[in-house]
Amino acid sequence: MGSGFSKQMNSSILRWTRKDLLGLRELSAEEINFVLETADAFKQVGTREVKKVPALLGKTLINLFIEPSTRTRTSFELAAKRLSADIVNISAATSSLTKGETLKDTARVLEANHADIIVLRHSSAGAPQFLASRIGASVINAGDGAHEHPTQGLLDLYTIREKKGRVAGLHIAIIGDILFSRVARSNIFALLKMGARVTLVGPSTLVPREFEQLGVAVSHQLDEVLPTADVVNLLRIQHERQRKEYFPGLGEYIRLFGLTKARAVLLKPDCLIMHPGPINRGVEIDSELADGVQSVILDQVTNGLAVRMAVLYLCAGIATP
Amino acid sequence: MSTLIRNGRIIDPANGRDEIGDLLIRDDRIGEKSKSKPEEIDATGLIVSPGLIDIHVHFREPGFGWKETIESGARAAAAGGFTTVVCMPNTSPAADSPSTIAWIKGRAAEVACVRVLPTGAISKNLAGEELAPIASLAQAGVVAITDDGHCVQNNELMRRAVEYARMVGVPVLDHCQDYNLVGNGLVHEGYWSTLLGLPGWPAAGEEAIVARNIILAELCDHRIHCQHVSSAGSVRLLREARARGVKISGEVCPHHIALTDESIQNFDTNFKMNPPLRTQRDIGALLEGIADGTLDILASDHAPHAKFEKEVEFDRAPFGIVGLETELSLFIDLLVHRQKTIGLPRLIEMLTVMPARLLGLEAGTLSLGAAADITLIDPELAWTVDAGSFQSASRNTPFHDWKLKGRAVRTIVGGKTVWQLG
Repeated sequence: MGSGFSKQMNSSILRWTRKDLLGLRELSAEEINFVLETADAFKQVGTREVKKVPALLGKTLINLFIEPSTRTRTSFELAAKRLSADIVNISAATSSLTKGETLKDTARVLEANHADIIVLRHSSAGAPQFLASRIGASVINAGDGAHEHPTQGLLDLYTIREKKGRVAGLHIAIIGDILFSRVARSNIFALLKMGARVTLVGPSTLVPREFEQLGVAVSHQLDEVLPTADVVNLLRIQHERQRKEYFPGLGEYIRLFGLTKARAVLLKPDCLIMHPGPINRGVEIDSELADGVQSVILDQVTNGLAVRMAVLYLCAGIATP
Repeated sequence: MSTLIRNGRIIDPANGRDEIGDLLIRDDRIGEKSKSKPEEIDATGLIVSPGLIDIHVHFREPGFGWKETIESGARAAAAGGFTTVVCMPNTSPAADSPSTIAWIKGRAAEVACVRVLPTGAISKNLAGEELAPIASLAQAGVVAITDDGHCVQNNELMRRAVEYARMVGVPVLDHCQDYNLVGNGLVHEGYWSTLLGLPGWPAAGEEAIVARNIILAELCDHRIHCQHVSSAGSVRLLREARARGVKISGEVCPHHIALTDESIQNFDTNFKMNPPLRTQRDIGALLEGIADGTLDILASDHAPHAKFEKEVEFDRAPFGIVGLETELSLFIDLLVHRQKTIGLPRLIEMLTVMPARLLGLEAGTLSLGAAADITLIDPELAWTVDAGSFQSASRNTPFHDWKLKGRAVRTIVGGKTVWQLG
């Protein structure tokens, strides 16, 4: 640990008390700030020649991914390795869950193997809560159904803060499939707590009016929102979660809600373009824009590592296996 | 052999009776005079009610005996003050054939301590595609037909079922759920489903079928009873239709007036039921419907599931909760004591005469010569729900540890005490 780290730690009045990170809805603004500050220290680790600290030496982390994921799983794995934890990856195809074992029993087996941290990706909303209330190990939610994806929300926040110097007072537009998006929910909860203004944009079927009750604005006119946005966060259409038809076709979707080059001229020059990935180039975002100067999509990935290191470090310090 | 229940408040809505007095049981019937000196039960401070009727329970046999058996379900009914229960047909095999009905009746006669009456399916295997043999089911002794747990989506098939049921003389009960509107919905579509990212079960999905049933009841001039009504819109539709004389009715379950969708925020599967818990506004409408008579029957939708089945991810858990052993207490506590929606006589009417009338049962009254099915109720008894002490084989209740006022203290079926508060 560098000296900068302990200085940061000392400057904060708050002590982290959670063994689990299940969602951002239950975190206070102070807690969110605390994670971001901790991530600041860990970000430096990635720039060193030896990208490793002994913070979780001797701890065992299980990446339990019941739903497919590449980037989030890899990010957690790298984060854990940089913290010197021992790590095991379990995916849906290789787990006993395909043999009819329940999540509860899987968790008990992992606990009997002295797992300290379980990173869970699951298609069922609430699965991390289910697990966390039944085991002593830390449970980190790596995305549950359409509910929350807290580390994504944190890394989005971290990236905004890093590029803009602040979050409070900014106008963030989240565009696309909000209804089925856990990224959107975690972003909404965190951004509002940090004092940002949030507008959700998308077809009325994927951005239902109920969202206004969460304290955000809802718009179906992308062109009206873009000029005042400080950040646009584009979400993928989640075909795999959609049982029904929510819009007539991709052509119409792109015409109404795609961030095309023609539309991008409406953006402020310093507006950030974000995307949690995976990107569907040419659908929610024009391919050139995804690689353009306003895009911070790869910064999000890099920051994801630092944020996940911070989350693992903080929660593992509280767990009592 | 005779027994005298002394000095209780006898409430017998069928006969417009509400007075302090004595009630004589002679053998298995309500009697007038006793030849010998009867045994006595002191009912001072208690309500002497006709045995309560619950027209909506799932006893899981045949097929799912690990959740509940006819025997354990009947014990749960007795412990809740119910002397007659009506079982839903979603067993395995489904109750869509006379032989299954005969098996259920035989089993009930053998092991049940209360009267267990079967319903038959509307459609074969509850699949909503072909009519079940409704006349044969009626001859085998079903008291109604229903596809409960499922809902016939084909309006034309439902029309034929209702027309046919009219000929046979059995009422139609319906679980109101439009499959297209509801889809894979798990919880009430609204604030909490949005916040938690859980698939919504919109109130419109119930209301569309309630409206369909009103139209068909009118078209076929036959009774359709809407089960577990949960939404404000359904109450409004029923009120309008009943005012026009349509043969349509609805029942209310305790959980739909005791809890809102806010309870799902911890993903506890004991708050997952179908139809789902809705909003305070819906509760208000249900209470209004109870107060003005739009909703005139109370039922539990007793739906036992084993712990291992409920202790899974929210979307993988089965819908439903046990209800028989908390039902009466919740209704007394909420409707009589807290909300003062109705008084005890009306409450008892909704749990006796009204369901008996709907299904044409010779039950629910303390008339001379009637079967001596009697429930003694202490409306002021304060107690704490303990799921661990349930008679039911299952424990899936959201009401564990609730402090309630009012409870059945003794249940008598055919003159015999089948349960008594220990």
